[in-house]
This record gives sequence, C-alpha cells and structure tokens, in this order.
Amino acid sequence: MAEKKAAVQTMSLRQLFKDNIRNYSMFLMLGLIFVVFAVMTGGVNFSSRNISNIFMQNSYILILAVGMVLVIIVGNIDLSVGSICAFTGAIAAMVYNTGLGLIPTIILTMGAGMVIGVFQGFWIAYAKVPAFIVTLAGMLLFRGLTYVITNVSPISLRDDQFRQITSGFISIPALTVDRVHYLAWIVGAVLSLIVIVAFVQGRRNKIKKGFEILPLPAFLAKILFVVGMIALLSWKFADFRGVPMIVVVLSIVVGVFMFITKKTVIGRYIYAVGGNARSAKLSGINSEMVVFTVHVIMGSLAGLAGLVFAGYMNSALPQAGNLFELDAIAACFIGGASASGGIGTIIGAIVGGLVMGVINNGMSLMNIGADWQYVVKALVLLLAVFYDIYTRRKAGLA
Amino acid sequence: MSENILEVINVTKDFPGVRALDTVSFRVKRGEIHGICGENGAGKSTLMGIVSGVHPFGSFEGQVLVHGKEMKFRSVRDSEKVGLTIMHQELALSPYLSIYENMFLGHSRNRFGIIDWDELIVRSRPYLQRVGLKDRPETIVSKMGVGKQQLVEIARALSKNTELLILDEPTASLNDEESEQLLNLILELKKEGLTCVMISHKLNEVLKIADSITVLRDGESIRTYDARTEEVTRAMLIKDMVGRDMKHLYPERTPSIGETVFEVKNWTVYHPEYHHIKVVDNASFHLRRGEILAFCGPMGAGRTELMMSLFGKSYGSRNEGELFVKGTKMEFSSPRDAIRSGLGYVSEDRKSLGLILIQDVKTNISNSSLKKLSRYGVVDSFAETDAAERYRKSLNIKTPSVLQMVRNLSGGNQQKVVLSRCLLAEPEIFIVDEPTRGIDVGAKYEIYCILNDLAAAGKCIIMVTSELPEAIGMADRIYVMNEGEIKGSLDHDEATQEKIMHMALS
Repeated sequence: MAEKKAAVQTMSLRQLFKDNIRNYSMFLMLGLIFVVFAVMTGGVNFSSRNISNIFMQNSYILILAVGMVLVIIVGNIDLSVGSICAFTGAIAAMVYNTGLGLIPTIILTMGAGMVIGVFQGFWIAYAKVPAFIVTLAGMLLFRGLTYVITNVSPISLRDDQFRQITSGFISIPALTVDRVHYLAWIVGAVLSLIVIVAFVQGRRNKIKKGFEILPLPAFLAKILFVVGMIALLSWKFADFRGVPMIVVVLSIVVGVFMFITKKTVIGRYIYAVGGNARSAKLSGINSEMVVFTVHVIMGSLAGLAGLVFAGYMNSALPQAGNLFELDAIAACFIGGASASGGIGTIIGAIVGGLVMGVINNGMSLMNIGADWQYVVKALVLLLAVFYDIYTRRKAGLA
Repeated sequence: MSENILEVINVTKDFPGVRALDTVSFRVKRGEIHGICGENGAGKSTLMGIVSGVHPFGSFEGQVLVHGKEMKFRSVRDSEKVGLTIMHQELALSPYLSIYENMFLGHSRNRFGIIDWDELIVRSRPYLQRVGLKDRPETIVSKMGVGKQQLVEIARALSKNTELLILDEPTASLNDEESEQLLNLILELKKEGLTCVMISHKLNEVLKIADSITVLRDGESIRTYDARTEEVTRAMLIKDMVGRDMKHLYPERTPSIGETVFEVKNWTVYHPEYHHIKVVDNASFHLRRGEILAFCGPMGAGRTELMMSLFGKSYGSRNEGELFVKGTKMEFSSPRDAIRSGLGYVSEDRKSLGLILIQDVKTNISNSSLKKLSRYGVVDSFAETDAAERYRKSLNIKTPSVLQMVRNLSGGNQQKVVLSRCLLAEPEIFIVDEPTRGIDVGAKYEIYCILNDLAAAGKCIIMVTSELPEAIGMADRIYVMNEGEIKGSLDHDEATQEKIMHMALS
C-alpha cells in the first residue's frame, strides 16, 4: 500500500504552465479584451443585459465554430456554412409557417443541414475532391438555391414563438422575487456541484490508479475558475431576465462535442486523421468515414445555426449568413487550431468566437462602425495566430 | 592558417527536458574525412545543426571555430558563407525542378533579379561531371533515383565553393551499389582537397573511408580515433557507442515452426498511376507459425509494394491473385479488414506512414486498438494509459512519460512506438518493413529480440530488409525479389550474401 502511495505523481507547476500556456493565454486574452472594453464603455458591456446580448449576437457563429473546428482538425476547411445557414434558415421559416410546430421544424432543419453535409461529405471524403473546392461550390450552390426558394425576398415568421429559440429566456415566475430570477442561481448551483463532484471523483480515480495528477493548488484553482465563471453568469442571468434559451442550446452543443472530441473513439479518430491521414489509414482507421462524418456534423450544425439566425432576425433573409464562414474559421484559429490539421479544441473555438464577439460588441457600444470593426478583427486574428505560432516555436513544438 | 578546418569546443545544448549535448568537443583537420558515429539520440544531428547554424549562436553553450576563428552563425546562410555545407538525411531538392535549377536554387547569380538560365546550364556541367552524373542538366529530379538525387545534392554543394561538406547518413536510402559509388566519390573529392564530415550508422562504410572517427554517446564525445595511425575495428566502435561489448549482433533463437498460416498465390500488383505497369508480378509465398521470413532484394524490387498491397490494398491501382489466412481465402479492401484478420504492418517510413508526430506516445500506441480500449464508443483513458505503460516497459521505450510527443523521441524509440501500436492490436501475422532502418546498434538488437519473442510465442513474421546480414542472421527462410518477381527462396542454413545476390540478379 505504501508503494502505491509513493507512485502518485504530480506534474510540476512549471511544466504544467509551459504545457498549457497557450490555453491559459487564450482565456487571459478574452478576459483582458473584456476589461479593456469595460473601461472604455464605462462598464456598459458588463451589464446584465449586455452579457445576455453577447451570447445572442454570437450564438450562430459559436455553433458554426464548433463544427468548423472539427473540419479544421481533420485538415479541411468549409466555406459553404454561411450559404447553408441562409438556405436552412429559409427552410426553417417555410416549415414553421406551415404550422408544423417548433420541434418538428428544428428536426427538419437540422435534417436538411445533415443532408447537405452528406452531399458535401461524399464529394470530399469519397470522390476526393479537395474540401476547399467542394465547399466553394457549395457556397455558390446554396446561396443560389436560397434565392430560388425565397424569390430573393425575406420570409417573415407567422408568430413570435420561433424567435424564442434565440432571444427567449427561461424563468419560473414562482422563483422570481424582486425581479431577481432565482432559477438562474439554482441552475448555477446545481452545475457547480456537478463540476466539483466530477473533478474530485476524477482526481480520486487517478490517484487510485497511480496516474499523474495536477498539483493541489492548480487543481483547486481550476475548480475555482470554472465555478467562478458559472457563478458570474448565474448572477448576470438572474439579474436580467433569467437563463437565455440560447445559452442552453449552446451549452448542449458545446458539451456534446467536447465529450465527443475528448472521450470518444470517433473523437480520437478525428485527431488521428488530421494528424497524419496516411498513418491513420494504415492504423486501420476508416479515414474516409471519419472525414465524411465530420462534414455531416458540420452540415447539421450549420442547419442549427441557420435556424438560430432566423430566430435572431425573426425572419429568414435571402442574404443571411454572409461571411459567417470566415468568422467561424477565424474563431477556430484564434482558439489555437492548426491550419495543417490535427490540432484544435472545441473550447478554443468557443473562446476564439467570444473574443471576436466581445470586440464587435464593445465597439458597437462605443458607436464605432462596422468598417473599423473589420480592421480590428483582422489585426486580432493576425496577432493571435502569430502569438500561437511563436509560443509553439518557443516550446519546440513547431 | 589553422590546421583544423573545424573545431567544436565544449558545446552543450539543452532542449526542453533533455540535454542533447554535454560538453562535446572534436576537431576536423583540413583535407580529411571525419566519421561521426553514435547511436540514435546520441546527439549527432544536433551537433551538426550547431555546426551549420540550424541551431543559431546563443541557443547553446561552447564554441564553434572555423579556420581557427570563432563563428557566431545565426542561420545556415552564415555557415555557407564560410564554405560549410550540410547535406541532410532527407534530401532537400525541389522535386519538380530540374537538376540545374536545383543546383543553383538560393544562390543563383542574377542581374537585377533576372536569371540567365542558359548560363546556369553551362555552369552546372563541370560540377555534374565531377560527381559523375551523366544526366542532362534539364532532367527533372523527381524522375531520377535517390542515388542520383544525392549526387545532385553534392554537385550543388560543390557549386557553392564548399570547403567542408557534412553528410548526414548519406547512404541511408541507397542500395549497396549506389552506396559504393557515393563512397568512392567522397574519396575522389578528398583528393581534390575537400574536407568531409560523415555521419553514419553503417560502421563498415565509416571504417572504409574515414581518416579519423569520433564516437558520441548520450550527448557526450567519447573519443576520437585516428584511423591513419591506429587500428580501429568495428567492435571497438560498437563498444564505444553502446558502452558495452556486443558479442552477438543477432540474438540466439531456436525456431519451432508449425502449420502454414498465411499464403499468397500468384499475386500481381499494378502501379497506382501507370495502370499497365506490374510492380509485383505473380508472387507466391507462404508463411508458417513461429516462422520469420525475410524478403530481400535491391531497391525497387517490389517488396514494400507487395506487402502494402497485401495489407488491405494500401498500394497500387489494382491487384490480382489469391490470399489465404489459415486456409481461408480472404479479400481485404482496407487496412482495417487486414487488421481484423490478424495482420499487422509496420511501415518502412515511420514519419510519414507510421506515426502521428504531433500526438503523444500513448495516443500513437492506442490508435489501432481504440475499439478494444473503449466501451460504447467512449475511450477508457485508464486502460489506454495502462496499455501504453505496459509497452513502454516491455519494449524499453526511452521517454520521460507516455504523454511525451512522439516527435521528440529518437528514431529507435519512435520505431518501438510503431511496433507497440502494432502489437497492441495483437496480430498473428506481423509484417515489418525495414524495422531497423536508421536505428542504432543497441536499439536494433532490442528490436531483433522483440521479433524473436513474437516468433517464439507462435506469431508469424515477415521482415522486409535491405541489409543482407540482417536477413541471414534473423530469418528462417529468405525470399529474394527483384524487378517485381520472387526470384527464389533460401533456407536459413544455405543462405549466404553471395547466393542472395546471385539469385536477385539471375
């Protein structure tokens, strides 16, 4: 027994910091940008209303970024997602307007996105046409089809229920006292508890099996950070109108795909194929299937994003989704994905998307126009990726 | 003028977590051929990186002196300015450019940025003549063999007024005949006054041409021999390299051979792009339980192509013929099928076909067996780490942790990672392609032991190898291939290098 205890290994703090500097600095960058804008807007961007707004304004980009990072990890790119958003948004509006109800609309729209993913995935994975070409064609194709099915005019929605997906809030009147929505606090508390239990359990398991663990201070700091973030959001949501519906949608998407990429076999296959496709193939991985699956996922998520965007605009616009693909791609790269494949994380893509979202939002609050927003976003993308390459080279990983 | 063209004094270089070089010193005299030997991971390549400016001044401690003057190279360009050229193990030619374009790439004289190509062709000729390359300067390099490409590299070095040429494993991808030619060329160039530093695993080659030999071990310079004044033997070098005596290059083994497990009949493979060319022509062979087979033959004999096409059509546009596993006729349409039927394949090209360099040791080992290490599609990370640890111990993979990136491991250890991955999938028929290429003596011996253990455990092994002594030392039977055909087979007892060569060339 004494031997087992001796076998518990903790990583040194220094090594830990070195290995994760990129991850830490990503969060740090997001925090810093937030604080800078908080100062420049006199704290407006930290208001409860604005926090909810940031999520709503960027929800569709974040959903796209989750799919896009998978595409980038397998070493491909998807230029068609903006057009697919417009197309599926139009389909969502048309389906909803037949009176079929919200749930069938969601299923059918994501289904349409999935079919598009199957179509593009087939050309990319099995016909071996480069993804860049296939999705460039898809970008034109689905923009064209959107114009065809909408007659180049917006489709308005028959009632206000649809937009609740993006702009709605969840709150229980019985739990709302003095305009404080205690539901948010309860959800936050439950989530915090789950996080703490999961972390402690995982650590115990590792100790039991003699695996390397985080040093205690780092472990506590990690829990504190996650719980702190949950508490912060709970506070903000409780203060405004309750938990935004879109945050729930986003959490589910992010949670599901974090689990897939970190824990599942298919997740591993995605990284393996992106890291070295030929080696993966010789290892017995069906790399065509993996690439195909990733594009199907991307298509489905683009369908969801199209739906969410239609909800945000409260109508389906023929020119919707313009340049979404570039925002999603930029989010992935700011979040540390590698253009040559094999490297990238869901959480990175989300943080990357939020970095750009917070910049957009902050500049809008300061009444700076879209012209300068483009300029600033461009510089952030360039510098973030440069920093990424620079730190990797320093760590001897380039 | 100093007698030493190059002096390295007390150089120490650290990489994150590893000390690659520890107070290394050596001298290269003008006009000599200086051999550098050492196991993989001994620090040879790092040392050459420092000498040539790949690792810039300031990133290491110690001094580099050229012509007796201390040099502070910031890049490879700086070292080339003082007449020092390094030729890397991997060829650095641009494949779709011609010979002369490659030769003058990066240092073509031009007038206001405009290059006179015709003049370059004329200028390239004497250099090509010196290295004995008869092809037209306009030939596209990707259409030539590796041996000739190597000559282009040397011609390129000569055209840069090189005084000291560093060759990193120059014969690694050459066959015997081409190696011989290259070594003779180096001797020839020495007579013309060129100084050479040659890094090689092939001790025979070093002993043949080197005037002095420095041995590195674990980042330290162990000693320098002067081959002109003292007798240097292979055994002495090996002893210095591994720090112990190596009595036997190949471990002892008593084979116990059972029934036929794997059989191939009339196997023909067609070229992936030129569909009418047969790369493997009507090959038939069989493999029995507990047996080690070797496939020998010159480069381009079709050995790798045969094995890869058997391993789930990983090579070729199409193939004909029959394949039996334990008497049952099989059709594999992908490596996955082959692995499921108990085949395992370790590629000759570790870096581009074997490993995923940007992933860690653990993930590389588990990639083939995730189905086994998971439940309902969720990977059991504990089982995975356990498996990786098990192989780290049993195969003696030298790495600080299984979470280390594979790219940071030395060649021999990388090869063990690929072997581990293959072993974890528990194949019965184990195809290893050049398992000891680019690996030092100590690691070679360990890999031989692993293969022998597998055979003793009743697995069947096919070893593709270009080194005849290895085939003779290890195999129970040897198939000799050339020009896509199996020319014949030899039993362990009757096999000699001469017989194999005769058979290949018959």
